[in-house]
Amino acid sequence: MNDATEQDTVDQQDSAPGEEHINDQEPAGGLRGYLIGLFLAALLTAASFTVAGSDFFWKPSIPAALIVLAVAQMGVHLVFFLHITTGPDNTNNVLALAFGVLIVVLVIFGSLWIMSHLNHAAMTPDDMIHTMR
Amino acid sequence: MFGKLDWSAIPLSEPIPILAGLAVMLAIGGVLAWITVKGWWPYLWREWITSVDHKRIGIMYCLLGLVMLVRGFADAIMMRTHQAVAVHGPGYLPPEHYDQIFSAHGTIMIFFGAMPLVIGIMNFVIPLQLGVRDVAFPTLNSTGFWLTASGALLVNLSLVIGEFSRAGWLPYPPLSERTYSPGVGVDYYLWAIQISGVGTLTAGVNLVTTILKMRAPGMSYLRMPMFCWTSLASNMLIVAAFPILTATLAMLTLDRYLGFHFFTNDAGGNQMMFVNLIWAWGHPEVYILILPAFGIFSEVFSTFSSKPLFGYRSMVAATLFICVVSFTVWLHHFFTMGAGADVNAAFGIATSIIAVGTGVKIYNWLFTMYGGRVRFETPMLWALGFMVTFVIGGMTGVLLAVPPADFMLHNSMFLVAHFHNVIIGGVVFGVFAGITYWFPKAFGFRLHEGWGKAAFWFSITGFVIVFGCLYILGLDGMTRRLQHVEVDEWVPWLWISVGGVGVMILGVVCQFVQLAVSIRQRDRLRDETGDPWDGRSLEWSTLSPPPHFNFAVLPDVHGEEAYWSTKQRAIEHDRLADEPEYKPIHMPRNSPTGFITAFFTTAIGFALIWHIWWLVIVGFLGAYATFVAFAWRDQEEYDVPIEELREAERARRAARQAWLEQGAGA
Amino acid sequence: MSTATAQPGTDDTRRERHGDPHHLGRSGKGNDATGRGEGGPASKRIIVGYGFWIFLLSDIILFSGFFAAYAVLVGETAGGPTGRELFSLPYVGWETVLLLASSFTCGLASIATHKRRMLQTQLWLLVTGLLGFGFLVMEGLEFRHMIAEGAGPQRSAFLSAFFALVGCHGFHVGIGLLWLGTMMAQLRVKGFRPAILRRLLCFNLFWHALDIIWVGLFTIVYLLGAGL
Repeated sequence: MNDATEQDTVDQQDSAPGEEHINDQEPAGGLRGYLIGLFLAALLTAASFTVAGSDFFWKPSIPAALIVLAVAQMGVHLVFFLHITTGPDNTNNVLALAFGVLIVVLVIFGSLWIMSHLNHAAMTPDDMIHTMR
Repeated sequence: MFGKLDWSAIPLSEPIPILAGLAVMLAIGGVLAWITVKGWWPYLWREWITSVDHKRIGIMYCLLGLVMLVRGFADAIMMRTHQAVAVHGPGYLPPEHYDQIFSAHGTIMIFFGAMPLVIGIMNFVIPLQLGVRDVAFPTLNSTGFWLTASGALLVNLSLVIGEFSRAGWLPYPPLSERTYSPGVGVDYYLWAIQISGVGTLTAGVNLVTTILKMRAPGMSYLRMPMFCWTSLASNMLIVAAFPILTATLAMLTLDRYLGFHFFTNDAGGNQMMFVNLIWAWGHPEVYILILPAFGIFSEVFSTFSSKPLFGYRSMVAATLFICVVSFTVWLHHFFTMGAGADVNAAFGIATSIIAVGTGVKIYNWLFTMYGGRVRFETPMLWALGFMVTFVIGGMTGVLLAVPPADFMLHNSMFLVAHFHNVIIGGVVFGVFAGITYWFPKAFGFRLHEGWGKAAFWFSITGFVIVFGCLYILGLDGMTRRLQHVEVDEWVPWLWISVGGVGVMILGVVCQFVQLAVSIRQRDRLRDETGDPWDGRSLEWSTLSPPPHFNFAVLPDVHGEEAYWSTKQRAIEHDRLADEPEYKPIHMPRNSPTGFITAFFTTAIGFALIWHIWWLVIVGFLGAYATFVAFAWRDQEEYDVPIEELREAERARRAARQAWLEQGAGA
Repeated sequence: MSTATAQPGTDDTRRERHGDPHHLGRSGKGNDATGRGEGGPASKRIIVGYGFWIFLLSDIILFSGFFAAYAVLVGETAGGPTGRELFSLPYVGWETVLLLASSFTCGLASIATHKRRMLQTQLWLLVTGLLGFGFLVMEGLEFRHMIAEGAGPQRSAFLSAFFALVGCHGFHVGIGLLWLGTMMAQLRVKGFRPAILRRLLCFNLFWHALDIIWVGLFTIVYLLGAGL
């Protein structure tokens, strides 16, 4: 059906997401990329677990730290395991990902904002006393 | 052995469903018998049921949508007439029955009427407009269609086996929880929507990939027809929004089946979260429906004004703007539920802002017509009817977007009138415009013009009467979904709207007559050249109907309105472009995968509804086996020999040559 | 956009020749890429990969629905057990190790596939599957333990949301394992055919995406939950 491409030749100008070879020349490519990715991900995961259970850090900062570490881990996965690059051949893939992330952010934070307001409005006087401990 | 299912599931004591069910079964039985007698089963199986051709699948989607539109309309007739007679009295529909009817009406119209029609038109048109041979995933396309049909079948089964949901087209808890809806009605709804939801999602993935990755050589994004842009936005919304619906209904299903507490009254459940999440889907859904209609109108306004679309890039911008902003307005569906002034204000402002995108489009369509040579054939009539009705519907929408106003009008008949105004004026008129416009391409002959015009005038007149009355009733304080009416001031309007329903029925009848007459007179209405409307985009360069591979050689696109410039050059030089060089091509093989998968999912859905657990397992095993069988096939494609391409192309060129010689391009 | 291949001077002349001095894009900037540009339809591999990528994004949005529900209901314990009482961070740590390792071995399988080494590919796919299966076993045991202690999904809205969210992820892992097994069989029978290669690409995307979702999951549910 695609007249030109019977043998799935490599196209330098457009890439499938997750395509293995596209960043072979960069540190993030090939076996080296997977090893670095594993190492970084493991490091960040260990950091997350350490921060979460620790008394060393200022408590109110822990959620923020965990979120940052989680985002970093996701980034490591995207770059080293999924070979997402910023090259023109990857533009479609990055844009699709950005759109997805936008929707996720809108849904989650929108819902949290709305629900917290709704819950506040639905509070009974009894609840109010309890929350004002 | 059969779970909760026993003979009491058949509503023998209720005459209306029994008679309706019998009538439908007779009709279906008659059709099946006729097909058998005529010996058409091999042809139907080979050419339609197992087809992976986007044109065939698009036509089947539209057929499903039209049939379900009629079923939904029947529900509407019952609702309008019942309310008119149920004044200080019981009417002819007891509450438990009336509730099922309005729930079924909304569910069927949105999920099994409008969605299949819109997806069907997109399916048929997009590959032809993009200059390619099929969508990205043809077998997945077929599967998506049959899953949608499976969901439609389940909803219709509920009429004669069991009951349907009484909780409205969006089943708010706690009414839809097991405690207050212990029957199978809500379960029918849940599984029908979940199954067809998978089908819709696959269509979304398919069309996004097709538009972004498969276009004829030379067709950059900014050279695509406007219909493809709006379809891209619509399918992006499908991909983004339908998972939210799936998740939310799954939570309700878990509550009902396994005793979870997402939305229950006790143990910490939160009913408002259902409302919040379901409308986070629900608002993008209406844009999913309207954006392709906007695209259809762009095509129609441009073709029937004999002018290029005005402001192409601002249209693209407006479309993408609407696409993104549609995800920031969903709270306007529940302003009155207590989110507070600042949340309401933010979403109210966002809702007003999104109207700007549509405003840009309306002005661009007007400027497209300005200075053009406007032809008032049926598709253009539907488009002009849309222009007037949709602007009014949009204005009432912006009125409702103001939270203090919405506090008075929420869940009144004003709201009902508003959304029918935009859906009928926008989506339904758009679908009818699209069907009339592309019918000749699909079937090789035009629809009868006179009956088409009659259908339009009856439909728009009836629509204005019915919903004008509902607007007034809303402002007079009438709420929606009333089973009986106690206020005398409303009665005249209720009766006038029934009169309007009668006029709309005439419109529907005209559509049927139009189809019958057109088929009868198809030789007189034959489309000889493939370009009956003096079109501007690539689908009009093919014969009507196009060969199964669409184009013998993929067209080379050099600008916007790819076909128009080719046509003008041919007229200018009074000869066709040179015959292209043919190369052998491959087309995807037909496959029964979609149909068989849907057979098993229907079994799974039915079994889950009635708690027939062994059948659920058998169904899943069957579906998995079907998938493996499909994945294991060795031959995915078949060769189309050069001779066949040459023959088709020469037939097309002969038709065009004849048209040139007759003094084409008047 | 294709600045990597542009040579100095040619862009301007092309623009002038096509009468598009302000580079508005109508006359074609010569973006010859297939798929995203004017080069015609993309190759089947790109089409399949991209289509699956779009599907994955829809799947991530599905998870965000469950995440939103969890975030809203996390405090609704109805007098029952809270996250702090229930979650064991070391246990979750080991689950994470298994899944991360399986992502790594999946990458190794992908490299072996790229080099067309059948034995290596099957070996690393098998290891991936076993690690994933180990993850599922651990999760299943965790669920069983919680239910036995009276902290099942019917106890409170918080637990409903927890079981649904974590269970949804586990369900996806299970489907992935079923898919993996089927594909290993296919690979054995049919070899490195283009269709099989495309499916392996899709599986890769799927498996890595599941690990990405797990990162979000263990952070928000377990790490933040254990601190509440």
